[in-house]
Amino acid sequence: MSWSFIFLLAAASYGFKLLGAVIIGQRTMPPVLERCLLLIPAALLAGLIAKDTFTTGQTIGLDARAAGLVVAALATWKKLPFAVIIVLGVGTTALIRLFA
Amino acid sequence: MFRAPDARRFVSASLIIGVAFVIFGMSFGVLAVTADASIAQATVMSLLVFTGASQMSAVSVIAAGGTAASAFGGAVLLAGRNAVYGLALSPVLRRSSLPLRLVGAQWVIDETTALVTAEDNELSRRTAFWISAPILYASWCGGTFVGAVIGSNIDPNDFGLDAAFPVMFIAMLAPHLRTKAGQRAALFGALAAVLLAPFMPIGLPILVSALGMFFGVAPTETTPAPVSDGAP
Repeated sequence: MSWSFIFLLAAASYGFKLLGAVIIGQRTMPPVLERCLLLIPAALLAGLIAKDTFTTGQTIGLDARAAGLVVAALATWKKLPFAVIIVLGVGTTALIRLFA
Repeated sequence: MFRAPDARRFVSASLIIGVAFVIFGMSFGVLAVTADASIAQATVMSLLVFTGASQMSAVSVIAAGGTAASAFGGAVLLAGRNAVYGLALSPVLRRSSLPLRLVGAQWVIDETTALVTAEDNELSRRTAFWISAPILYASWCGGTFVGAVIGSNIDPNDFGLDAAFPVMFIAMLAPHLRTKAGQRAALFGALAAVLLAPFMPIGLPILVSALGMFFGVAPTETTPAPVSDGAP
């Protein structure tokens, strides 16, 4: 791996972050846009959860991760502490893998 | 500057995520070294790039014998969502001085966005960002260094740790689902990320997910969304 590759990737990724957080994001925006920006985490987090649970690379599938997610969703719904949610979710996936 | 009870809560949440970051950082460090990166290169990459998914994908393409160009393309696509996160986090950074904003921008990632936007007022959000970001940064970069030095193989999947991130995110998504618009945005995001996966290069479907934010165009709700009071 070359240093130039690393610096180029660093510049690109920092560029994206800067673009959103500082260059565009620091302007005052119309209320419609502000409302939309507040929905970004909902859309992206749900996307990441779904992608990390139901896909591997470019294939869709159902495996032990889905069981962990269901348990974590129940734990979240029951308002259990953050650490407990994670231990239950991760533990479920690990146990199923262990015995499957 | 920080309210103490909040601060403690964010430190403990960050340390929990930090454990996962150390382990994933280590597995990145190991993978980077097997892809012929030096210990210094692996560590500098984590310090400067600081976007786990991009780094992992770049290094795994190179380890599998892919060209630098294809490794770069995939990694850049995965980094694209940080621009959208930056938009979501910009109100948190708006009050800071320019140097702090420039530092803060580097810490705009999935996990900081999730932690920060789960809070319902501006002070808590700023506290969440400035506490969690350095802890997660140190965990990821420290883990990378240790992994690169050890170099022996650890597979986070064996411990169910690949399930750790969706599990964390589900806890942090919950506050966003209190509004109709939030529910629609989340449903759209989830469907886009899964259904488009077979048809698009990795990293692109999640950018389509971001379009779910346009459910905010219609001012449907009369009660203010609990997450909206921090916007100036």
